[in-house]
Amino acid sequence: MTGSTDSRLRGWLTTPVARALLALALMLVIGSVFNADGAFFRWSVHRDMLRQVSVFGILACGMTVVILTAGIDLSVSSVLALAAVSFAWLTLPMGWPAVWAIPAVLVLGTALGSVSGVLVARMRIQPFIVTLAMMVFARGLAKVVSGGQKITNYVTGADGVAHLVPMPRIFGLIDSRVLGGNVSIVTLVFLACVLATWVILARLRLGRHIYAVGGNEEAARLSGVPVARTLIVAYALSGLMAAVAGICQAAQETQGDPETGMGYELDAIAMVVIGGTSLMGGKGSVVTTLVGVLTIGYLQKILSLNAAPEATRLMLTGAIIICAVLFQRGRDR
Amino acid sequence: MNPEPLVSLRGIHKAFGPVEVLHGVDFEVLPGEVHVLAGENGAGKSTLVNILSGVHSDFTGELVLQGRHRRFSVPSQAAEAGVATIHQELSLVPTMTVADNLFLGREVMGRWGRVDFASQHAEARRILDDAGLDVSPHQLVAELPVSVQQMLEIARALARDAAVLVLDEPTSALAEREVDVLFTRLRSLRDRGRGVVYITHRMEEIYRLADRITVLRDGVRVATAPAAELSPDQLVTLMVGREVTRFRRHDPEAVAARKSAAASRTVALDVHDLTVAHPVPELARAGRRIVDDVSFVLAEGEVLGLAGLQGSGASAVLHALFGALGSRASGRIELFGVPYSPASPKEALRAGVALLAADRKGLGLAPWLSVIHSVSLSSLGRFSGSLGWLRQREERGAVEEVTRGFRLSAPSLDAPVRALSGGNQQKACLARCLMAEPRVLLLDEPTRGIDVGAKADIYALVRDWTDRGISIVLITSEMEELFLLSDRVLVLHRGRIGAEVEGAVATKDAVLAAAMGVDSPEEGAGSLPGEGIDGGAR
Repeated sequence: MTGSTDSRLRGWLTTPVARALLALALMLVIGSVFNADGAFFRWSVHRDMLRQVSVFGILACGMTVVILTAGIDLSVSSVLALAAVSFAWLTLPMGWPAVWAIPAVLVLGTALGSVSGVLVARMRIQPFIVTLAMMVFARGLAKVVSGGQKITNYVTGADGVAHLVPMPRIFGLIDSRVLGGNVSIVTLVFLACVLATWVILARLRLGRHIYAVGGNEEAARLSGVPVARTLIVAYALSGLMAAVAGICQAAQETQGDPETGMGYELDAIAMVVIGGTSLMGGKGSVVTTLVGVLTIGYLQKILSLNAAPEATRLMLTGAIIICAVLFQRGRDR
Repeated sequence: MNPEPLVSLRGIHKAFGPVEVLHGVDFEVLPGEVHVLAGENGAGKSTLVNILSGVHSDFTGELVLQGRHRRFSVPSQAAEAGVATIHQELSLVPTMTVADNLFLGREVMGRWGRVDFASQHAEARRILDDAGLDVSPHQLVAELPVSVQQMLEIARALARDAAVLVLDEPTSALAEREVDVLFTRLRSLRDRGRGVVYITHRMEEIYRLADRITVLRDGVRVATAPAAELSPDQLVTLMVGREVTRFRRHDPEAVAARKSAAASRTVALDVHDLTVAHPVPELARAGRRIVDDVSFVLAEGEVLGLAGLQGSGASAVLHALFGALGSRASGRIELFGVPYSPASPKEALRAGVALLAADRKGLGLAPWLSVIHSVSLSSLGRFSGSLGWLRQREERGAVEEVTRGFRLSAPSLDAPVRALSGGNQQKACLARCLMAEPRVLLLDEPTRGIDVGAKADIYALVRDWTDRGISIVLITSEMEELFLLSDRVLVLHRGRIGAEVEGAVATKDAVLAAAMGVDSPEEGAGSLPGEGIDGGAR
């Protein structure tokens, strides 16, 4: 009886979810030790961590889908910036209501993702190259939309005179906190993205196709999986998530900055990989990505609470990524 | 009269995991001879030459090269010791020039580690001229046609002036003229006292080139004899086995009854002039085909065996029928009287045709997918509603039912398929095909690499399916299996149907002779050893 429970527990401990959770638990222990005079035990610290990590987390959801297909999406940070700029431009100088601006921006992000997907699936160009090009292109497009400037509520009118317009309520709304000030709306959006991604991957036929294509593209094709369509949808989803993240970013910064989000794609990839999703494709889940997001979030939080200098932070983050991946891999290679 | 052999292998045993594939083989090459290694697929020919050329180092037995006991741990050691090998796959670096490739790993060095490009190019020029190759040493290998690359590979091995040259099916990508050049070169090497080991499945090449022939069967050497003393028929008999086994699944009356029943049965698949272009574009443009005007009829509930050696095109026929070759395949096909030209496997599955691919790891399975997800992958449409929401309980129930019929044993249906044994992985692949509810099932090597118990299970299942009216096209390199399961056997040789054999009365050597092209169908297959051959199909 105890023997079988014991072996079952040991079996569970080797699963990627368990390993990811162990890494997170380790991070929490470290946080408790270096607690910055008890600051780590205050709820507000955890709440702020969640808020700060949310935009990255949303990107990581889309990134998980693409990485599961054995691809990569380097363009998410630029699509995020383009979405932020477009959202600010539509709502501030153009004065669109949010109910129009949000769908328009989401369509834009999805469209750019689809373009990457078509290039990968139909033109058979390597994902790294396609999305690298898209990263450069979307950043340029963001600068075109914004005229190279940050888009703020200081708007130049038709008469050529600049004046302040009131900030649309949507900005404050997205950045506000609900449930007694305990959870940021951005965090809720992030969790909704995790849930949606989970449904797609674990409950829809599309999810099965994504795992099959990533695990063995040729086997998937011979099993009747529409490989090209699956790949296109995966990249489109990543573009959509990047647009969602862009709207959140604009709301948090109360402006549309064409330079925003530089390098976020690398954080998103790190979060996915720390969770245990394989860059070779076909293996992983969005649940472990959620844990990976929290692990990196806590790492950053602990370092900033302890006033670690920027240089230390970067070096430690790099080291942690390698350790986490080695730990994830464990004995079964 | 008996010169010292250049190479002798004595008492070679070699196992892959628990399976021993060579059981104490002796083999020697004398100076000045072309020694052909003959045998069926899986007889151990490639394994033997891989030991000679240093690819496999974990064997038992002796390897004596020019009087010295050797044991190579890497191929480069064998190359240095004087064994040059030309592999079936090209081993050139396509992004480097012809000259760079010719001197890869043995660059002509100048002072201070500088490569002496000038002498390399001069030397390369000479090697290319010797080989009759009209290419510049400066050209990139990637820009050359595959046949020239193959010749270059051969030229490189010849240039090493090795004592022993090993060639494993070197002519598959070569044109007739290039084969002539190669053979002339090999003969001149022989005349200079070098030894040549040559593996081929083509009867005409054996007799054009061989001085001596060694026949392997099931990992045992069954004969070594001068080529002049072995007739093609004798050679085939040796390769197949002395006791020419004749399978009689049914008595002649039952065969006749079955035949007339087949004639009256519905035609499941009617294939006219199926043609598949060569996968290499430049060869395809030159008109090379791997399947050439193949026509046959498959009755409902019939098992049609497709026999053929490597490169015969049998596998391509199945892939073409499954829509997996796209525009490379052409021909008129009718499926139950309806024109059928699948553009993709998805369409083929929808029309009721399923394929079990031979290469389980490469084409069959995504290793991390769970058993349940692997089995249901081709029929997810049945378990999903609008938006593709999966009814997972229903799916699990259906998979449980199918896998129970297969006696598939897995730690759990949620375990990744990579955790299963080979036999159970194969059953999972078969279960996926069956779950798609096919009317025509294309089986490419359904029992490769699986144990006897799983084989028996699969044989029983095949019987069961045909009783339910499923028609099967079967490829297998195991002759016994071919006869056991097939109602009829078509033999393919170089993309064409060489012979049609009644499964119940076929003999192994008849099929093997046709597969090796002992007699071309034009000359009439009736002179083949064995019986039951009624010339070309249709």
